[in-house]
Amino acid sequence: MKPVREGSPWRGLWVVVAKEMADHLTSVRMGILEVIVLVTAAVTLYMALRNLPSGTSDFLFLRLFTTSQEPLPAFVGFLGVLVPLIAIALGFDSINGEFNRRTLSRVLAQPIYRDALLLGKFLGGLCTLALVLTAIWLMIIGLGIFRLGVPPTGEEVARGLLFLLATIAYGGIWLGLAMVFSVRFRQPATAALAAISVWLFFTVFWGMLVGLIVQAVAQWSGQVQLQVQLELFLARLSPHTLYVESILAILNPEVRALGPLLLVQFLQLEGWGVRSPLPLSQSLMLVWPQLTGLIAGTIVLFAIGYVLFQRQEIRA
Amino acid sequence: MNEIVIETHNLTKRYGDIVAVDNLNLTIRAGEVFGILGPNGSGKTTTILMLLGLTEPTDGWARVLGFDPMRQPLEVKSRVGYLPDQVGFYDELTAWENLAYTAKLNGLARPVAQRRINEALERMGLADVADRRVGTFSRGMRQRLGVAEILLKHPQVIILDEPTLGLDPEAAREFLQIIRTFKEEKITVLLSSHLLHQVQAVCDRVGLFSHGKMVVEGTVMELARQVLGGAYSVHLRAVGPDLTQALQKLPKTISVQRLNSDLYKVEAQEDIRGEVARVAVQVGAHVLSLGLEEPSLDEIYQRYFQGVTAA
Repeated sequence: MKPVREGSPWRGLWVVVAKEMADHLTSVRMGILEVIVLVTAAVTLYMALRNLPSGTSDFLFLRLFTTSQEPLPAFVGFLGVLVPLIAIALGFDSINGEFNRRTLSRVLAQPIYRDALLLGKFLGGLCTLALVLTAIWLMIIGLGIFRLGVPPTGEEVARGLLFLLATIAYGGIWLGLAMVFSVRFRQPATAALAAISVWLFFTVFWGMLVGLIVQAVAQWSGQVQLQVQLELFLARLSPHTLYVESILAILNPEVRALGPLLLVQFLQLEGWGVRSPLPLSQSLMLVWPQLTGLIAGTIVLFAIGYVLFQRQEIRA
Repeated sequence: MNEIVIETHNLTKRYGDIVAVDNLNLTIRAGEVFGILGPNGSGKTTTILMLLGLTEPTDGWARVLGFDPMRQPLEVKSRVGYLPDQVGFYDELTAWENLAYTAKLNGLARPVAQRRINEALERMGLADVADRRVGTFSRGMRQRLGVAEILLKHPQVIILDEPTLGLDPEAAREFLQIIRTFKEEKITVLLSSHLLHQVQAVCDRVGLFSHGKMVVEGTVMELARQVLGGAYSVHLRAVGPDLTQALQKLPKTISVQRLNSDLYKVEAQEDIRGEVARVAVQVGAHVLSLGLEEPSLDEIYQRYFQGVTAA
């Protein structure tokens, strides 16, 4: 017979969340990252405001996020890099840091379960990330109202919120990964490097690797359809692809399909008139798999960290 | 007899092939100060972690205050104060903030928490440094902060793992004084250590651990009888003729050693100071001093582990 634990596993959860958020928000590490995000937002917003295509009045606010001026990428381009960095910075020393400071056994000797500690740390990190991103988001919208002189439409706000949600979910994946490594590796530096390597691998090398694999398959089989499907499947294993695809469709209502277009589809689109924007519900349908993929990835990574942490001995 | 506070039955913990704790049967009653004594790696900390539900036993069971640490760890942990070896705090927070976090984790309401934190810091002599960051604290202060943290729970049982490790003699002495105050408050204390004289100074009963087993258990006197074979040593300082022969003739004598010209050490089955004095006077020596050497844990420990390694 398996013994059943008594008492709530969530006891003390919000105490841990509050402490983690207080720690993060007052730490030097987060201060530096916040300054970087703020500067990036200010610069890209300035560029976007100067480069907004004149005459078009559709989705001006969404263009604040996506308009770029060479050589600088748009704000969303920077977010793709900064969000994983912040998420990893929030999570890489969460468990091993407690272990090395010898606070872990003392905290676990209080009447809480390990569940509350791990989930509290995860939620604390996620809330911090959400807080920072929401603040930046509000700032951009606010400055946009100020400079453009018009309020955002309901659809713009809804799309903007979806974009925020996707960005937080994308951060959740890297936070989850960083926490898995922080449970697995005793040295915070090792955990940070491991998390950054995985991130680099998926952001920089994965695309190249997919290209090579698809080329190899192309030599072996001549089917174009199969090649395209394979490429799409492999590319979407990377959370980076999922994130880029989802914000592409959310912030550009004109986007009607994701991934490389087949000639047939392209011709069809021509016939329908490509430039007419999709309604929000259709854009949402388009990125639904990507969004759920990001959230599912976050949950899976947290579950792995949870299992590892539950099995861990709290002394060396 | 007082009620049983901590009880284990065939408690066993294996890590792969290594047996950390081997069929441990332990009973500690309310108000006792029990010392777990043993070299590093003898299973002391593992036993403590199992009592707190922080590590799962491979076999056997434990009860703390009537609760099963495996199934009801929250009940156990809200009643038991635990000071781990080398206790750590959040360096960037103040002493007060560190304790406030613990109080919240224990679900104490804010006014109760504030009062108890202030009381605990006051009692540990840390009231003046309550608002200083723990990063600036010395080892001894951290240790006292650890005790303050325990006190704020108002625990029924206190478990201390190597509490005096790394403390200077003065701080260690103060620390033992604190443990004595727990005893006065009728709090049950479980103390693990490898520093024998300290255990001897505060513990009512002692369990000697070796390779995951509790090999001997009892009061210091009982241990002495078991391990040292019931020997009493009487020290006699006397000037005059050689007393070795005469002392050896005493019925209860085991052995006599002449340590120098006027100092003798008599090992006996009983306290034979009276006979020794009588014999010395009869032979015509001047007795300068006579004393009974109390068995020290150091000796028991040494003697026991000599025996084990020899076997």
